Amino acid sequence: MKKLINDPGDVVADALRGIEAAHPRLRVDHGNRVIVRGDAPVTGKVGLVSGGGSGHEPLHGGFVGPGMLDAACAGEMFTSPVPDQIQAATTAVDGGAGVLHIVKNYTGDVMNFEMAAELAAAESGVEVSSVVVDDDVAVQDSLYTAGRRGVGATVLLEKIVGAAADQGRDLAALTALAGAVNARARSMGVALTSCTVPSAGRPTFELPEDEMEVGIGIHGEPGRRRVPLAPAREIASMLVEPILTDLDFTAGDGTIAFVNGLGGTPLIELYVLYAEVAKLLDAAGVAIARSLVGPYITSLDMAGASLTLLSVDDGMLRLWDAPVDTPGLRWGA
Amino acid sequence: MADQLTLDTARAWVEGFAARIHAAADELTALDSAIGDADHGSNMTRGMSAVSAALDGSQTDIGSLLKKVGMTIVSSVGGASGPLYGTFFLRVGTTAGDKTALEPAEFAAALRSGLEGLKARGKATTGEKTMLDALAPALDALDAELSDGGSLSDSLATAATAAAQGRDATVPMVATKGRASYLGERSAGHCDPGATSMALLVDAAATAVSA
Repeated sequence: MKKLINDPGDVVADALRGIEAAHPRLRVDHGNRVIVRGDAPVTGKVGLVSGGGSGHEPLHGGFVGPGMLDAACAGEMFTSPVPDQIQAATTAVDGGAGVLHIVKNYTGDVMNFEMAAELAAAESGVEVSSVVVDDDVAVQDSLYTAGRRGVGATVLLEKIVGAAADQGRDLAALTALAGAVNARARSMGVALTSCTVPSAGRPTFELPEDEMEVGIGIHGEPGRRRVPLAPAREIASMLVEPILTDLDFTAGDGTIAFVNGLGGTPLIELYVLYAEVAKLLDAAGVAIARSLVGPYITSLDMAGASLTLLSVDDGMLRLWDAPVDTPGLRWGA
Repeated sequence: MADQLTLDTARAWVEGFAARIHAAADELTALDSAIGDADHGSNMTRGMSAVSAALDGSQTDIGSLLKKVGMTIVSSVGGASGPLYGTFFLRVGTTAGDKTALEPAEFAAALRSGLEGLKARGKATTGEKTMLDALAPALDALDAELSDGGSLSDSLATAATAAAQGRDATVPMVATKGRASYLGERSAGHCDPGATSMALLVDAAATAVSA
């Protein structure tokens, strides 16, 4: 293992110190490992709280700031945060209008956020609502699985719902909007290499030099199948096809196309992939209204990419275009 | 000795569970690497270290002792095992109340309330390749032997055997809950890490009460 760290056990704590030093407009509660927007709580505004295991940066801490999240909880590497952290974040951002929890659909995340919401309601009376993001088409959504995983749609949802919260919408409206965004988003990923969790010190799974895993999860969970490494145009097709099979993207007012890097793939390769994706979407009659290309929800040093498509209406597009000012995403601000 | 769960044996149960988790950490992580995300050993080790540090002798009844254990696990473990083991101990502690000794039937009832808490928190039932597959047969065996007039220590020993058998029975199961469920049929052939740690919990109870 070759990593730019101090001690493998200190990576999360050390990185939080770096975030605090680099972004003075954010507050970091090191005891609870919570990143909070510096002016929180914003009176009368619904607070947006997300969080999850560390190792997916900039998600979630890099998306704290005006126009997006009010707070993010950093769990241990690839392990969901605990209820105490989530409760601390919830209390810190409650401006009197309630708090929305944005939760990726993993068994641990869902349970810890549930317990935190119960504790927050019982102890401080904060009104908490939640949305569970589950956009990964690689997993069959059935009684026989934990359901689809939450991946790339989380980034788009946090941006769109964050803009709506800044406009002063209430908790019920934001919860409904978050559900609508999730329902209209689908994702699919591919890994060219495994990631290496610092405390483990070796790759999470073995993937031969000439193979790739299609349908990979962001923690190195297995995908749908392992196939020979292919050119970008074929990989694009392996990502686009299952998404378009799952949902009709020709119906709405346009589509946001998001090509995401998993941490170890350079931007130039993401653009190679985006070119192929755009060509396929055009051929399928899907109109790209906006795009996002870059590493926004990563899996440590994993090489690979994911594609997320979100079918938007005009309202969602306006919210997407609204100003945002966070370390990970910034425009119009 | 008295055929009861006393405050001291309750503490010994928790300490015995912590010791077993520490000893089995690598095995739990290896099992979790095969069908999960390779963190069950490190998460439970972190949690039980926090529990050992939290048991400072200030807990003077079984309920407050076990609720402290539950809250500490919830606050330190994360993942799915944190809320699950945390909920289990919180429920057992709540049912035990402020007593300093539990009769065999009272302890069995407290354990069963913990089982019900686990089912509710995890929205799971037996046969899904989870920790329930070790705990549920253990408590069935415990109840059966106690109602036949067995002593608490003998009945818990039988329960520990049933938990181990339940753990082993998870090997051919296909997971339908948790991260292992993403593997579908490929999850068969591996022992469930949660059932493995749960069998340690029941074994620790048997040892603590018979000591």
